[in-house]
Amino acid sequence: MSQAAVTYKPSDEVDFVIIGSGAAGGVLAKELSTNGFRVVVLEQGEYFREKDFTHDETKVFVQSQLTNKINVHPVTFRKTLEETARKQQAVLYGSCVGGSSVHFTANFWRFHQIDFKEHSKTGDIPGANSADWPITYADLEPYYTKVEWEIGVSGLAGASPFDPPRSKPYPMPPLPVKGNGVVFERACRKLGYHPFPAPMAILSQPRAGRAACMNCGFCLGFGCEVGAKSSALSSVIPMAEKTGRCEIRPNCYVHRIETDKNGRAIGAVYFDAQRNTHLQKSKAVILSANGAETPRLLLLSASNQFPAGLANSSGHVGKNLMPNSSALAFGVFDEPLNDYKGPAVSRIMHDFYELDPKLGLYGGGGLDARFDFTPVSFVLNGLPPNTPKWGADFKQVLAHNFTRTLEIFCHGTSLPVESNSFSLDPDVKDAYGLPALRMTFRDHPNDLKMMEWMKDRALEILDAAGAKTKWGLPVQEQQFAVHLLGTCRMGNDPKTSVINADHRTHDVKNLFLCDGSSLVTSGRGQPTMTIQALAYRAADRITALAKRGEISA
Amino acid sequence: MNSFQPARRDFLQLLGGTATAAWLSANWPAFVSAAEHAHQSAKSDHPALEVFTADQAREVEALSACIIPSGETPGACEAGVVYFIDRALKTFFSDALPVYQKGLEAAQKTTAELFPGVSSFSAATEEQKLKIFTHMAEESERQKDGPRRLAPGAFQDFFQTLRVHTIFGFLVDPEGGGNRDYAGWKAIGRDPSHSFSPPFGFYDKDYPGWQPVPGETEKK
Repeated sequence: MSQAAVTYKPSDEVDFVIIGSGAAGGVLAKELSTNGFRVVVLEQGEYFREKDFTHDETKVFVQSQLTNKINVHPVTFRKTLEETARKQQAVLYGSCVGGSSVHFTANFWRFHQIDFKEHSKTGDIPGANSADWPITYADLEPYYTKVEWEIGVSGLAGASPFDPPRSKPYPMPPLPVKGNGVVFERACRKLGYHPFPAPMAILSQPRAGRAACMNCGFCLGFGCEVGAKSSALSSVIPMAEKTGRCEIRPNCYVHRIETDKNGRAIGAVYFDAQRNTHLQKSKAVILSANGAETPRLLLLSASNQFPAGLANSSGHVGKNLMPNSSALAFGVFDEPLNDYKGPAVSRIMHDFYELDPKLGLYGGGGLDARFDFTPVSFVLNGLPPNTPKWGADFKQVLAHNFTRTLEIFCHGTSLPVESNSFSLDPDVKDAYGLPALRMTFRDHPNDLKMMEWMKDRALEILDAAGAKTKWGLPVQEQQFAVHLLGTCRMGNDPKTSVINADHRTHDVKNLFLCDGSSLVTSGRGQPTMTIQALAYRAADRITALAKRGEISA
Repeated sequence: MNSFQPARRDFLQLLGGTATAAWLSANWPAFVSAAEHAHQSAKSDHPALEVFTADQAREVEALSACIIPSGETPGACEAGVVYFIDRALKTFFSDALPVYQKGLEAAQKTTAELFPGVSSFSAATEEQKLKIFTHMAEESERQKDGPRRLAPGAFQDFFQTLRVHTIFGFLVDPEGGGNRDYAGWKAIGRDPSHSFSPPFGFYDKDYPGWQPVPGETEKK
């Protein structure tokens, strides 16, 4: 990987400061610097390279090598607005250059047409704050294609009858099928469903100087040592640096967007690794800090001029959090699947993407067959419920099941609920003395009902697949979020949304937001592809505005 | 028991539930040195103990061997689990030292009560060890829900902590300081390689390649 080709001083007024180097921030950095702008990316976490990555579960899961550190940045949780929140690891996100795209599983679904206009179809849903997007699938399609070709996505166009239209095939074939994919595919077909090769942001062939996947099996939670996972770190960040106009600056904790007396953003204030404070000056500011930290940063930037927080005249900053719903079923088979080899998923199905209205459920979902365990996590959480806790029988079960277990993961809609939100905790502070992130969340009852329904389908598939034993995990109210969606949503009405269709905040002309917070609906569970397509589109829109002189004027 | 939910994207939950997640989260910073230190020890033929006395190590090894026994395939002993734990208690999990001290005392007391004349848990016969460890595990379960008959948490904390530590020490990538000579991975059938080519297992070996079912790709 190339070293940063350029460095700026905080006092240099660059064209754009981007906060966050993840899925969206990385794309924006690459696009804007390629378009000739001077860009500084401020990243809270470290700048790891492929050589720093490991298969050591203690380093990744225990030390949080790649993710947010709750002893530095504590999080609190409560179910309702009336409760006092308690400290809890309620949120997990990537905290390194590349963000969550470094450690994610790399499932890479496009949203479908329905995701952009579902409110028009369903009408108002009791208890939900649903809305249509101000853009359509057709608006985003060219950018989905751009993501696939630029970062590298493996898949098979036309394999699913439910897929939305596309202008180009995938740039490379699907990854190898796994045992879980074979038995899932056969069972689904037996039941009349339509399984297909999973689109994955992992290279099935060498591409652009990057190696193809070596099937090590350490995807979820781990950085890819060979750069085959198409993280922002492995794909767009090097392209941004190569322009000579983009500096990636790690270990910078941005805690305030500074504004002038005219209400315009003038830059980002951050602590460096030594806790010194700096103001990085810029003509415009882009927040891509994720759906939790972007709203938190806006709220932390409150001033006399913006007493409710920056860009929050609507009062919607932080609201409508949608973490996606999920359910899980397990099966154990007679013969070895050896699913610890290779990326987690090789076959999925979207027959439930739009559910039969007769079911009385809103939204929908997708199912995949997977094995996203590593050895320790499997033994602690992947064994049947009544497995002995110790002894020869315990050892026999883990020895038998490790190579013979698969999971069916049901991913689904989260309906937006206004009280589900991120806000500033009034009592708990982070290690810098700033208010901690507070999450308030209770699933909409529809989402729990839908997941029960999905789990039953997953168990039926396991039966049809010939699983020797099977079980499902109980569907419960979630108290933990990884998909941080909807908390500064896009819309045409400044009273009910935070940004417009150009990702520009309604309130501050030179402040843009682009990450999971921008989403209006949650899709069916795999948001990163859409976040990156939005980022490519946002870069085009912002470039056009800048070139017309409509940002700095 | 549980303030977490089974959302499967939760890495900490992947590690086995709230209690585990809580202590793992609380102790992450020191884990690097523990892991590196343990890795050094795992490489040595005669690892040095830093926390346990030789007697204590013998007891912990015997107890961890009850969780993952040796047999036709390697167990906790062969994987060097006791050395992993010793280093963990020296560094990232030093707060748990009292749990071990109390737990070892309780194990000794139970041994004496059940089998007067047996000097220690490790000195018991295999049959006796099974009875003693069964008693400890049952006490741990009882203490989770009902009135406590022993000192608070004596077996519950010890049993659960020892179990999680043993699993880590048995199965972590050797880079993390356990799983000596891939003993744990051998026992669960995991090939120690880190690079594979298809076919991966039984079910995909004769897979003919993805074929559309006639009419399947018609738009729905």
